[in-house]
Amino acid sequence: MEPARSSESELVGERLACRRGERLVFAELDCRLAAGGALVLTGSNGSGKSSLLRLLATLLIPDSGELLWGGVPVAQDAAHYRAQLHYVGHLDATKPALTPRETLGFWATMRGTATPAIDAALADFGLGAVADWPCRWLSAGQRRRLALARLVAAPAPVWLLDEPTAALDRDGEACLAAAIAEHRAAGGRVAIATHQKLTLADADIIVLDDFAAPPEAAVAALW
Amino acid sequence: MAPFLGLLRRDLRLSLRQGGEVGLVLGFFVLAVLLFPFGVGPEPELLGHIAAGIVWVAALLAAVLSLDRLFAADHADGGLDLIVLSASPLELAVLAKIAAHWLTTGLPLTLISPVLAVFVDLDPQAIPVLMLGLLIGTPALSLLGAIAASLTLGARRPGVLVALLVLPLYLPVLIFGTGAVEATLTGEAAHAHLLLLGAVTLAALALAPLATAAALRQALD
Repeated sequence: MEPARSSESELVGERLACRRGERLVFAELDCRLAAGGALVLTGSNGSGKSSLLRLLATLLIPDSGELLWGGVPVAQDAAHYRAQLHYVGHLDATKPALTPRETLGFWATMRGTATPAIDAALADFGLGAVADWPCRWLSAGQRRRLALARLVAAPAPVWLLDEPTAALDRDGEACLAAAIAEHRAAGGRVAIATHQKLTLADADIIVLDDFAAPPEAAVAALW
Repeated sequence: MAPFLGLLRRDLRLSLRQGGEVGLVLGFFVLAVLLFPFGVGPEPELLGHIAAGIVWVAALLAAVLSLDRLFAADHADGGLDLIVLSASPLELAVLAKIAAHWLTTGLPLTLISPVLAVFVDLDPQAIPVLMLGLLIGTPALSLLGAIAASLTLGARRPGVLVALLVLPLYLPVLIFGTGAVEATLTGEAAHAHLLLLGAVTLAALALAPLATAAALRQALD
């Protein structure tokens, strides 16, 4: 595995606020993700775990506050920052008609990775036996493993994982834990949204409920 | 360039493996054209006169029918997030998807159009112009259609909405496409019509990827 690049750079969120429609989900949230670091996002349903991850992935734009990568605002060079991150959301981004091998190869190509470690990724997540089946034959857990195998197939220093253990069996969780440990040992960073007990060494924990914005008068008046 | 080709190749591969989709669009095109001889009667004179219009309108409707699969699947399975985050500018990725769409709809429609033109008694002399017009004009159908398809992502019943949005945009393509055949039938040169048709396609090529990418970014929010 290629060592994670720019290990000196930090991902920093300053006073982030997120608005979904009329609702301010969270506000005044600071976070920091240094090389080798881990961030665990917890909180009740609707507290904004997924929103914060999508915000860190630049898929959402913060209502206020700023996201910095290596001290430079992400908005200044979004393409460079996006090349540094892997986002694995709720959805697996698999096509029923493609095989796991084709799926991994395709997403690695989309990242511009010339030599993806597809076989290693399939082996790491125990998908070797089903590598050439169409994905429509895979179970939900196997599709989840395939989505996570993208992390290994094309290296990137920042992993943003949304409920990665959903649908995974115990063996799958072990595969993920091993991949995360190896990633962090090589200087990679990982942010995980979860409400399961996840054991990560030296992880910073952010409880999203602590940053819940007070209900706004404007919204109340609307209803 | 690798992400562009990769996306194009994947979409073509998906279309081939789910072959039903291409077949469905072609089948609709053929049936829609074949309905006309039954509807307006088999007089060669009347049919031949409206033949170009029949083929073009059927092609527009077939193109509309195929638009919902352009972005909907990637939106539903989370792939759109990854395409936005990919190394390729979103505008270029959109262009790759549009190219794949044209190769699996516009191009096959163009290729079978001569057979259908014979069914509706189009003067054989005008068939090359009809085909040339379709070849130049159908990319515009995919390009303009992509704008409508991206704008309706997340709508509950996108099919009808797409048709309402996109059919007015297709008017110039229809006018110049049928105009070229009309000109040939009356012994004039089809040149001017085909050039204008090309202009419509080029304008769509310049604008559609930008508009579609903007609409897709909006749909992710």
